[in-house]
Amino acid sequence: MSAAVADLVRDGDVVAIEGFTHLICFAAGHEIIRQRKRDLTLARLTPDVVYDQMIAAGVCKKLVFSWMGNPGVGSLHAIRRRVERADPAPLELEEYSHFGMVGRYMAGASKLPFWPLRSYYESDLPTVNPRIIEISSPYGDETVYAVPPLNPDVAIVHVQRASSGGDAQVWGLLGCQKEVAFAADRVVVVCEELVDDAVVRSDPNRTVIPGLIVDAVVVEPRACHPSYAQGYYDRDNRFYVEWDKIARDSARLSEWLDDWVYSLSSHQDYVAKLGEERWAQLTPTERWSQPVNYGGYD
Amino acid sequence: MEGATPTETMIVASARHLAGERVCFVGIGPPNIACNLARRTVAPDLELVYEAGVFGAVPERLPLSIGDPSLVTGATSVCSMFELFAYYLQGGLVDVAFLSGSQIDRFGNLNTTVIGDYSSPKVRLPGSGGACEIAINAHKVFVIMPQSTRTFVEKIDFRTSPGHLTGKRPAHWGAGPSVVVTGLGMYEFDDDLGEMFLTNLHPGVSLDDVQQATSWELRVGEHVSETPAPTEQELRVMREQLDPQGIYTRGG
Repeated sequence: MSAAVADLVRDGDVVAIEGFTHLICFAAGHEIIRQRKRDLTLARLTPDVVYDQMIAAGVCKKLVFSWMGNPGVGSLHAIRRRVERADPAPLELEEYSHFGMVGRYMAGASKLPFWPLRSYYESDLPTVNPRIIEISSPYGDETVYAVPPLNPDVAIVHVQRASSGGDAQVWGLLGCQKEVAFAADRVVVVCEELVDDAVVRSDPNRTVIPGLIVDAVVVEPRACHPSYAQGYYDRDNRFYVEWDKIARDSARLSEWLDDWVYSLSSHQDYVAKLGEERWAQLTPTERWSQPVNYGGYD
Repeated sequence: MEGATPTETMIVASARHLAGERVCFVGIGPPNIACNLARRTVAPDLELVYEAGVFGAVPERLPLSIGDPSLVTGATSVCSMFELFAYYLQGGLVDVAFLSGSQIDRFGNLNTTVIGDYSSPKVRLPGSGGACEIAINAHKVFVIMPQSTRTFVEKIDFRTSPGHLTGKRPAHWGAGPSVVVTGLGMYEFDDDLGEMFLTNLHPGVSLDDVQQATSWELRVGEHVSETPAPTEQELRVMREQLDPQGIYTRGG
């Protein structure tokens, strides 16, 4: 992880660590904080606790998003301090709706100048974001809204398993993992497990990202905590609730960053510090899918 | 069993509105409980759709977030967020969706973006998420939110999700909310004026209470009924299965 972030994430980049609640690569966020990257534009539908941490740590100058909150809990306090009081510095915002952000990745991935969608009519969002533009249909008198492509410099995408060549397989909530990977210039795939190419080829429908577009593969088990990896470990809802208290107080938040990010040398230290008891609590029971027959055609 | 809190009554009343509905787009917080309660009581065939990309969720526990792993296990289909918004929502398959907000006006326009000025807000709220496109593309919208003079306001600070605009909305820009359920009562919208009017008072709530909790002069329907109190069964499902820690239901 350290090498991938050092090589592929550069000061001033547009960085997207995607994953909708599921597969959010906190370990990558922490590594970016440890390497003290600066002036990043961070993009994500839901900034979540990972961007609250990164923004508190000062790596970010601008946020591109569609819903900023601590899901099911409340606010992201470090982000709010910067937006409401410029404390300790202002934060530039570029705001869409979820469908708008998804459309931006679709346009970015398909090399189109915009993506059309049926949203934003009579909303105030286009008045505060001039990049959301109403356009006429070329085939009738209807209008739709257009959003511009989003092509991050780097996408960091967590997956359950990948081959050493970067062919990546995901199950559970897919979020925009595929779209952001195809839209980005550089792609880091972080996986729970490295598997043989034969495992990937045994179930090609599950491959979301081909190694063709991947620049680095990082094997980093449990890298999503307190987010989760379906079938591997549960979302740590307790942490999300605790974060609300930690982040309300900027001194306490700094202490947390010292204890859990700066003073640790890698995510393996974080995993060990969290302790096996906590990991045991987060381990789900097993629920296997039924295999399918792809057939042999030799 | 201990009597219902206003929030519990709000959730139960919302759940009952889902009787007979088929495809429901579920939002975070109280709507999440209401939809799961409805599936276990008045609407067993309800298909729950989550913006995270799930159709036909059957969560075994009540998810804290709307991206919980329990939404996936056992679901009918898990798809990309693009497919969810483009095919299910924009494609017109969502019968009813729940929305909430920090502010609502008499025409059902909702604010979830900022309190105060956008560029220097007093309170920065989460923003649209999927709410704006849900308001525009769902066939029906139910609003569920607490009621006070801070939430029921004369003028919202930001229109995140359009409702009935200023009373006469162009037809293809969404249906506008049809029902608003709060901790005090329930409202529907006048077809001609696009303005909400009171249809129900929850048990123990007076007309004066709801007016006191509203920043404009409230229109009152011809027949205002009392909301039937939550039944033992509804309370049991909610307290024992859906929100055993009382995170959402004991607040109000």
